[in-house]
Amino acid sequence: MRWVGRRLPRYEDPVLLRGDGRYVADLARGARIMRFVRSPVARGRILGIKAPPGTQLITAADLGDVKPMCPRLLRPDYVPIAQPILAGERVTHVGEPIAVVIADTAAAAEDLAEQVEVEIEAETPVVDFDQALAPGAPLVHGAAANNTVIDASIETGDIAPAFASAQQIVEFTFESRRQSAMPLEARGAVAAFDPATGRVTLTASTQSPHIMRTGIADLLGMPESDLRVIAPDVGGGFGQKTALIPEYVVAVWAARQFGCTVAWIEDRLENLTASAHSRDQRLTLRGAFDSAGKLLAVDADSLCNIGAYSIYPITCGVEPLMAMTELPGPYALGAYRVRGRAVTTNTCPMAPYRGVSRPVITTAIERLMDCAAERLGLDPLEIRRRNLIAAFPHTSPTGLVHDGGTYREAMEMAATLVDVAGFRARQQAARAEGRYLGIGFSVFSERTGYGTPVFSARKMEITPGFERVELAMDPSGFVEARIGASPHGQGLKTTLAQLLADELGVTPDTIRVIAGDTDRTPYGWGTFASRAAVIAGGACKLAAVKLRERLNEVAAQTLEAAVADIEINDGRAAVRGTDLGIAVPQLARAAYHESHRFPAIVETGLSAVATYDPAGTFSNACHVAIVEVDTATGQIAIERFVIVEDAGVLLNPTIVEGQIHGGVAQGIANALYEEVVYDEGGNILTGSLADYLVPTMAEIPDLEIHHLETITDASITGVKGVGEGGAIGAPAAILNAVSDALSPFGIGIFEMPITPQRILQLLREHRGPPQ
Amino acid sequence: MKPATFRYFAPRTLDEALDLLAEHGEEGKVLAGGQSLVPAMNFRLARPQSLIDINRIGALDYAREEDGTLCIGALARHAAFEAPVAGGALAALLPRVARHIAHLPIRVRGTFAGSLAHADPASEWCLVAATLDVELVIASRRGTRTLRPGEYFVTALTTALEADELLTEIRLPLLDQGWRTGFVEFSRRAGDYALAMSAAFLRIEDGRVVEARIGVGGATDRPQRIAAAEQMVIGSDGNTEIRREAGNIAAAAIDPLEDMQASAAFRRDLVRTMVERALAQAFAE
Repeated sequence: MRWVGRRLPRYEDPVLLRGDGRYVADLARGARIMRFVRSPVARGRILGIKAPPGTQLITAADLGDVKPMCPRLLRPDYVPIAQPILAGERVTHVGEPIAVVIADTAAAAEDLAEQVEVEIEAETPVVDFDQALAPGAPLVHGAAANNTVIDASIETGDIAPAFASAQQIVEFTFESRRQSAMPLEARGAVAAFDPATGRVTLTASTQSPHIMRTGIADLLGMPESDLRVIAPDVGGGFGQKTALIPEYVVAVWAARQFGCTVAWIEDRLENLTASAHSRDQRLTLRGAFDSAGKLLAVDADSLCNIGAYSIYPITCGVEPLMAMTELPGPYALGAYRVRGRAVTTNTCPMAPYRGVSRPVITTAIERLMDCAAERLGLDPLEIRRRNLIAAFPHTSPTGLVHDGGTYREAMEMAATLVDVAGFRARQQAARAEGRYLGIGFSVFSERTGYGTPVFSARKMEITPGFERVELAMDPSGFVEARIGASPHGQGLKTTLAQLLADELGVTPDTIRVIAGDTDRTPYGWGTFASRAAVIAGGACKLAAVKLRERLNEVAAQTLEAAVADIEINDGRAAVRGTDLGIAVPQLARAAYHESHRFPAIVETGLSAVATYDPAGTFSNACHVAIVEVDTATGQIAIERFVIVEDAGVLLNPTIVEGQIHGGVAQGIANALYEEVVYDEGGNILTGSLADYLVPTMAEIPDLEIHHLETITDASITGVKGVGEGGAIGAPAAILNAVSDALSPFGIGIFEMPITPQRILQLLREHRGPPQ
Repeated sequence: MKPATFRYFAPRTLDEALDLLAEHGEEGKVLAGGQSLVPAMNFRLARPQSLIDINRIGALDYAREEDGTLCIGALARHAAFEAPVAGGALAALLPRVARHIAHLPIRVRGTFAGSLAHADPASEWCLVAATLDVELVIASRRGTRTLRPGEYFVTALTTALEADELLTEIRLPLLDQGWRTGFVEFSRRAGDYALAMSAAFLRIEDGRVVEARIGVGGATDRPQRIAAAEQMVIGSDGNTEIRREAGNIAAAAIDPLEDMQASAAFRRDLVRTMVERALAQAFAE
């Protein structure tokens, strides 16, 4: 029986669906409650803090020699910024933590926090690019001139001649408005001090427990072995929970200081205003095309508003550097020039959010293709045919190696599925009736499963990448797989069990994946960057191969056969071509209790360790959206959404489709609904779910998902990552579809989200006010 | 997001509730469905020192026809209107309106009367009440009085209710079979607050409009009838041109709200289309 590729129902689900999941809020009972007093102003000098007598209050002064967070990129153009755990002298964004009160209940803590008076001499903040980059603008941080924390450039090939010879130059500025990752479970932590051992156990809603442990121990100057970090059930993260945050540092400090258990459970207002934001970007793009629609050169300028601080550990470089490196996308490109800047403002810090910069750059490049097609009189599919990478491996202008993929095939399959010609006829007929339908394509590749080779190239002081897996079979034949990656909803306990079952010849229900506890698992980096199935999966495979050899040794010895003749299937070892066999549990028992019979495996017994650290692999997909724009109200309805994706071997197709559904929903949100809005004073206007518009199931259409499969050498399991693809590709399909619908009016969309109000404004500009 | 401390009262009779309102009405609030009040309390935007929970006063939970009117008690839930509670044209109208109100869980608890007491500009029932020119029955220990929407709705979230008063009943005129109704709403997502909505009630004889009530809500501080649009459609056959002109008149007549969700110009555009489409719906009925 083979398990990889089967739609096995998730092992995680029964507990979660019964409501027996244990999220950090479930584990906070009995703890003393911390509530943060946060800055009400975006910028200013703290003059004093006063609390009612008897309040258990922590301020920066109490934290003493706790170090500030200061992640680094070891590049000359990076300006390191120190982020204090609690603001002591200055505040740099609304929501910045200034003090903490501790009380017995959440309501009491909130009452107390309200009574803490913080006197701040407010100053005029800088909130957006134009303010931050204006000559003479106030500096958010003294060390960062022009409020610029990174200023990097890449140039390859001959830009000037390419533009000089171009038949068509398409130029526009694309605005991506600030997003919030909106995990359904907000952040939170419980820190418990154990007087018997002097250790603290921090149970935290995090994607990266080991990095939390190392980081917090560093900042507090405590031995790392005195800290245990556990990620319990985590209700989504999408990148927001990869960050080490001041709140978790304070929790551990307070537990040690007061010798007790403290909890901080974030509410939605805090999460929307003070957690982390993403994708506040402006991309100016110029593309040079020849008369046949071949893209000759791209010249781009990427601005990323990274807020007040640089996120730990990945740094604020992640958005601009990824934008620069991956902008060419799935297209072959000769000459490429790009400048990328991280701009600091008095707003909430940026953390990477599912897809990071790729939703923005993919949408921009896909809009470029459609605009060029229109100018040159080409079909949007045809211009892509002429530019998509067709031969693999392919090295991009920025040195990325694209391993095998189906960039063109996915597009052609999607086009056939939606019957483009049939749609065009319907579109024509609808226009005659005053109805505006549109179709939009998005073709993209997704870089996944990359380890230290990629992160080290960014010169990160803390270089993530490898994953290690420790396997052990116990005397009953049950396998424990301890992985360093820490799941936050991916279903790793199911998919890795399927993979291990195939490699070991057992059934997945005899495998338990242990994750998310720094006391029980090898050091790892967490779940982000679409890496876990590839890298943790690859490490599982390598370890399983070794464990399989050891099982074969025991079986060969027991069945008096050659190791090469042993086969293990469905939990039974047999000698090929005979009826001789023995159940794996019996082998396991013998290995432990008759170990003298198996000198070949005496060193390790039935255990194995392996590490995997690949350079990465590209998955790809094509999204197609069919929309209708109501030109009287600006409302956009999605009639149909088709995805053709290629992520190589799918461990569990249902889980993959779940990832795609979630990603596409967030992509639709990005394109049409979600936007964090600041006013000029740096106050957030979208502090609740009434104002930050998260689409519901009523807004997300049924998704049609089709799979292609390219087997690559770049991943030893043949698995490619797929977690972010939905979010990366969907906005482009929507924006191209809306632009196609409104093309009779000469309107193209170069911003997201695109809202009904904005649509009506564009219509008024292009055709005048309604009669 | 926990509320500030409050005293909690759960009266079992209307008299008890009115006594409590007399004593605590200045600093307190009535709790019925709580679908607006409780979130406001959790955000600490509302900090009543006393909460007077009327949910145990069963006698207030009714919606029944009486002498040519539909009488709706203080505790009738939105969900009660998803099936017809009255005959005539209201039988189709009220369920259509109810389905636009937020989401099912909110409709199960929230009340018709609570919606009118709260007077959110985006309230569907407030628009229906204003367009039908209902009677609002208001009680206190000092006695009972009735108001019409024109005097009752003061501005956004503000009514003529005094601190010691409870809105106990709303009386809707029954519309006979000669009436046609339309109700449309624009919101960003299903169940969101309306950015603009229109209710159009037309009495039609021999294909011509003889009586018209056209109301607009969501776009202004309180719901209002557009008399000029009503005048214009009377005597017409409600064709496309008439409907468009009615929309234009309504868009020009209002003083639209302006906020982060929608500009004044956008609301005008929406009102134009909502009136047009409400009329189209009424004519198609």
